Amino acid sequence: MPKYNFQVNGKPVSVESWDPAQPLLYVLRNTLGLHAAKFGCGLGQCGACTVLVDGKPARSCVSTVSQAAGRRITTLEGLGTPEKPDAVQAAFIAEQAAQCGYCTNGMIMAAKGLLTQTPNPTGEQVKQYLAGNLCRCGTHARILSAVERAAKTQHEAKA
Amino acid sequence: MQTISRRDLLRASAAIVVGFSLGKRAAAQGAGKTVDPGQLDSFLAIHRDGTVTVYTSLVDVGTGMLIAIPQMAAEELGIPVERISVVEGDTALTANTGGTGGSTGLTRGGVEIRQAAATARRALDKLGPNANLGELMGDRQFNLRSDPNAPLKNPANYTIVGKPLPRPDIPGKCTGTTVYLQDHTVPGMLHARVVRPPAFGAKLLTVDEASIKSIPDARVVRSGNFLAVTAKDEWAAIRAARDLKATWSEWKGLPGSDNLDQNIRKTPLDKDQTLVSRGDAAQALPKTAKQLKASYWWPFQSHASLAPCCAIADVRDDGTTIWSSTQGTHALRNNLTKLFGLPAGKTRVIFLPGAGSYGGNGNDDVAADAVLISKMVHAPVRVQWMRADEHGWDPKGPAQALDVHAGLDADGRIVAWDTQMWVPTNIPGTRAFIAADLAGIEQEHGQSPGGVINNADPPYNVPHVTVTAHWVKTSPLKVSNLRAPGRIGNAFAVESFTDELAAAAGADPVAFRLRGLTDPRAIAVIERAAQMIGWQPRPSPNPTPGVGRGIAYVRYNQALNYIAVAIEVAVDRGSGKLAIRRVACAHDSGLVVNPDALRNQVEGCIMQTLSRTLHEEVKFDQSHVTTVDWARYPLLTFPEVPAVEVALLNHPELPILGAGEGATAPVAAALGNAIFDATGIRLRRAPFGTTIKA
Repeated sequence: MPKYNFQVNGKPVSVESWDPAQPLLYVLRNTLGLHAAKFGCGLGQCGACTVLVDGKPARSCVSTVSQAAGRRITTLEGLGTPEKPDAVQAAFIAEQAAQCGYCTNGMIMAAKGLLTQTPNPTGEQVKQYLAGNLCRCGTHARILSAVERAAKTQHEAKA
Repeated sequence: MQTISRRDLLRASAAIVVGFSLGKRAAAQGAGKTVDPGQLDSFLAIHRDGTVTVYTSLVDVGTGMLIAIPQMAAEELGIPVERISVVEGDTALTANTGGTGGSTGLTRGGVEIRQAAATARRALDKLGPNANLGELMGDRQFNLRSDPNAPLKNPANYTIVGKPLPRPDIPGKCTGTTVYLQDHTVPGMLHARVVRPPAFGAKLLTVDEASIKSIPDARVVRSGNFLAVTAKDEWAAIRAARDLKATWSEWKGLPGSDNLDQNIRKTPLDKDQTLVSRGDAAQALPKTAKQLKASYWWPFQSHASLAPCCAIADVRDDGTTIWSSTQGTHALRNNLTKLFGLPAGKTRVIFLPGAGSYGGNGNDDVAADAVLISKMVHAPVRVQWMRADEHGWDPKGPAQALDVHAGLDADGRIVAWDTQMWVPTNIPGTRAFIAADLAGIEQEHGQSPGGVINNADPPYNVPHVTVTAHWVKTSPLKVSNLRAPGRIGNAFAVESFTDELAAAAGADPVAFRLRGLTDPRAIAVIERAAQMIGWQPRPSPNPTPGVGRGIAYVRYNQALNYIAVAIEVAVDRGSGKLAIRRVACAHDSGLVVNPDALRNQVEGCIMQTLSRTLHEEVKFDQSHVTTVDWARYPLLTFPEVPAVEVALLNHPELPILGAGEGATAPVAAALGNAIFDATGIRLRRAPFGTTIKA
């Protein structure tokens, strides 16, 4: 079976896939046991499967394992733990910004991408950036507060 | 609301996470545990280390019960909340006191745990003054009945109930450590995908198994018109389902969703039912000074869970285990046992969290898929639907047509009111499982859209009122309970029409409502919501068009929580583009157990209903549902999200009224009323869309 080499959460991995078109999502979830990225639609429409590829948010349900080769992949597990969450995770926890939590992975990973690119976004920029991430429970207001809080804490940490 | 620092939140979360893992250990050790609903030991166990496990058949579907129930139990037991963990839904470990739904998580689930805790406290006090519960009980059984009269703590002395403690499930959800049902695995488990017919009634003619022979371990599973594929690898199962060549008969048995509001009025009726009859509306209406008539329409809507439904089933000769995110594990267990002839007492449904389900989505159907496939392949099977399976086949919230007719007296008061509604009738029995229908397994074909007839009369002092339900025999799409069944559509009609009457009377919409109310709790929520939105008293529409505010009031189910929602909108006068600027909600659900978890629920009710009101409509042609992805069934997106402010009117001395649904009900009407105020355009059909044109 063909092998694909890439980096996941800072560690090199080598995975086999019978199909070069297998979406990265299933490799992460089933081969590597990293299940934070979720299957929501398989169409790139909802954002639940978001991971960072070379630091930028990408939909792992429509990114193939062969496209991942040679890249740096970061999943939600790679950011922090319940005991030691990173700034964005900590902001989501502090704002209690989840209901069912199925979209939360995508929200945090997208927020991570936004804050890397735009450390001090306006409220409108946050809304536009998250426009492609769907939440069904209606936790939107808290998610927006969490991103704002994360921007603030990241800024304070640097100051 | 009390404020708490982030450090407090994180510390409390960590403590409760520890409680959680102890709960899992208790679950693993739980074999032989009593599940008799009369027994205290069914609901509560005190362990040697002083921790406590509570057991409930109701489940947390992102609603905050995992903190609120421990708060209620800790308060009565007099122990710190972090010592309490919850086992939810497992049919082998929980007494069957019903499923989750109808905003009863705390009013039923929480209250029964509170009563068990109070019974336990009284028994412990009799054992002696030893404050160490672990030493007193140490995993021993109480062997007592849970006493409905065991004295409860005086709410004035509460130290835990009423605090905005953080939810224990959130740190795991934010770090990827929560094990959702979708993440669970069982040794030897196969992945399966269903291959649904292209039309609801199509018959399977041929299957070309060779079409998937190049896919590793892929196998076709067929029973009648039930078609599925399995593989060891999940992606192989998905590819096999996609690539499998099958032919189906043509079927065009649906009426299509165009003109559904007219068709529903022509569908044969099961019966007419008078739901409300006060005074004599038929006699009084023609004599009123001013009369108005209008028709309102609410479309079919999907639960539209963010995760397609999933289940794992392991059918073995010595027993069956099913892992599910259903809101009713016991009912599912009983239904599947009956359907598949599984040995009674040897079938267990274990709850694991999934995506929000908002009532009866496809979780039960996918469990039947998994059981059927597991029976046929003799292995544990995980089935996850694809997005089109979910949107295409989940049972839907029913469409509703409402005609309203009312009259004002010369003084501008509503004196007579008539509501006529067309809704799918209730047919006794279990809702049919998709898998069983396709496989030709005999089953019941019950139909229940939920309590869709509530909140169809004006909540004001109107002397002459009739409400009539025209129970329509058949529904083109299978229906089930979708969050606040019927109430959103009914309140949309009633509270929009109330606004129409206020406008006809030249009255301010808030003053018009208050004039018809005497209940101080109703008055309080309306006044508060109006104050929060900065209400300026005047009739609608706004003499300065382009900006508007609207209000709506509902007492949920006429007897539960009091909610008023006020909304401010802007509508661009050129393009008609709608912007929802602010939503203010005043919410009285009696005793507040956890204000932050409650706010989260109320905010969710509001946002989800804005989504349903603006965007959501299930469409279908003559064969199948056509709105099968997020492009064709769009949800509210972040750029459309307004600022939301929620005021909780707490009544610690009064019963809890539940909050999972109530705040959904006034939202559509409040939005429609705000749009009318801004534009003079009255919207009587959902979804509104985001471009408002006359």
